[in-house]
Amino acid sequence: MNYTLLIYEDAAGFDLRSTPDAAARQAYWGSFMAYTKALQDAGVMVGGAGLQPTATATTLRMRNGKRHVQDGPYADTKEQLGGYYVVNVPDLDAALEWAARIPAPPGSVIEVRPNLMHEG
Amino acid sequence: MDARATVEHVVRASYARLVAFLAARSRDVAAAEDALAEAFQAALVTWPRTGVPEKPEAWLLVTARRRLIDAARHARVHAEAVPSLLAAAAEAQEMTERELEFPDERLKLLFVCAHPAIDPNVHTPMMLQTVLGLDAARIAAAFLVQPSAMGQRLSRAKAKIRDARVAFELPSAAELPQRLDAVLGAVYAAYGTGWEDVDGADRRNSSLAAEAIALGRLLLRMMPDEPEVKGLLALMLHCAARCAARRSANGNYVPLTEQDTALWSRPLIEEAEHLLRDAGRAGRIGRYQLEAAIQSAHAGRARTGCTDWESIALLYEGLVSHAPGTGALVGRAAAVAEARDAETAWSLLQTIPAEAVASYQPYWALAAHLLKRMGQTTQSADAYRRAIGLSEDSALRAFLTAQIPAMP
Repeated sequence: MNYTLLIYEDAAGFDLRSTPDAAARQAYWGSFMAYTKALQDAGVMVGGAGLQPTATATTLRMRNGKRHVQDGPYADTKEQLGGYYVVNVPDLDAALEWAARIPAPPGSVIEVRPNLMHEG
Repeated sequence: MDARATVEHVVRASYARLVAFLAARSRDVAAAEDALAEAFQAALVTWPRTGVPEKPEAWLLVTARRRLIDAARHARVHAEAVPSLLAAAAEAQEMTERELEFPDERLKLLFVCAHPAIDPNVHTPMMLQTVLGLDAARIAAAFLVQPSAMGQRLSRAKAKIRDARVAFELPSAAELPQRLDAVLGAVYAAYGTGWEDVDGADRRNSSLAAEAIALGRLLLRMMPDEPEVKGLLALMLHCAARCAARRSANGNYVPLTEQDTALWSRPLIEEAEHLLRDAGRAGRIGRYQLEAAIQSAHAGRARTGCTDWESIALLYEGLVSHAPGTGALVGRAAAVAEARDAETAWSLLQTIPAEAVASYQPYWALAAHLLKRMGQTTQSADAYRRAIGLSEDSALRAFLTAQIPAMP
């Protein structure tokens, strides 16, 4: 079964990606690379992506048949979606095991959702 | 322990004694817990303020009986259990009032929790809930399970105990070794999921370490002649003794062999050593005594200044022949690497089936270390990255990252 692991990071978490502190920056990127490798080597990786910060986000709303385009992310929350992984594992317990290993910075939240199964 | 924690400890102990007593007579763990739930919550709120009553069980029983009578009227508690629960509660109250020895049935409850008819994944969670009074949400967090899913698993197990009429009896002498093994395994699982995890590699279960030791002490009080009970407690105490040394002042991960022995707790080590010597007198060696002996050898560095890897490798040899788990096999290879050489250790590591270690972090950390020592830089860096990707702990990730060998 496929599960999506949604990674929500706060501003401090997003800042780590481009922090001038080289060691902290490398630790951030290195640990995500290592995590991705572990997923691949264990044969459970289906896909995933890292997302650019919310300053780059554009939101589209459909209202009365009209498109409203707006600058910024959909939700104005402290934590914002920073990326996601899709993993293929037997059950939720296994998905949570992998979610616990995501090297997200402190203050991050990981949401685990089973993917819809294809009909028929 | 602060005053509040002490009170909470007494509340939980009295609660568990009553759950065990009522469940042993009604054979219905869930109904016994239901009957005591309100009294338990009331005590948690009241006792820290008023102090622990002279007869804690009697205090809890008064509230519990009122609720039972009420529940009988409204059929809230599983109906069949109510008459036997009421009778048991009346019996218990009479005993506490007449100052009779209140029978401690918690040992029977421990054996029921780890009964072969119950899903092994529920053994530890059910012990933590029924014998220690921990709530399902906290247990779920420790085991990385949804709180609602953990709640369901626990109620399914309790329904099975009731419906299949699992006996609240101590196992016969013939059955005892196997049944005790399940109890010890469940207590150990609360401490850490594997041998290396015990040393602080996996932070997830560390919140349960104190609870596991409490279970170990309870078990020892109730089974003072079982060497493996002493072995398990000694093992947990040896590991607990190093708690303060596992992180440097700035939060960095410190591996066992580099820990400052001055930070180890002498009283805990002494208690562990005493238990282990005592266990040895029975002349019945077992898995937990061997694991405790390995920890005892590590603790020896505090006296001698160096680690006796030859003895540790030998003890692992014994452990592998007693209980050949993945943790023991990896531990043996690690000891052999220190006692002999990396090549011998590597060949031992290669005998472990690949599927057993696909997501076993300690294996990859050791493989990376051995490959580095053998000069295989590229493979070592690869294994380090895999070990990092499998770690849950950021301090451990940082430590492993620093070990990645530089490309030539």
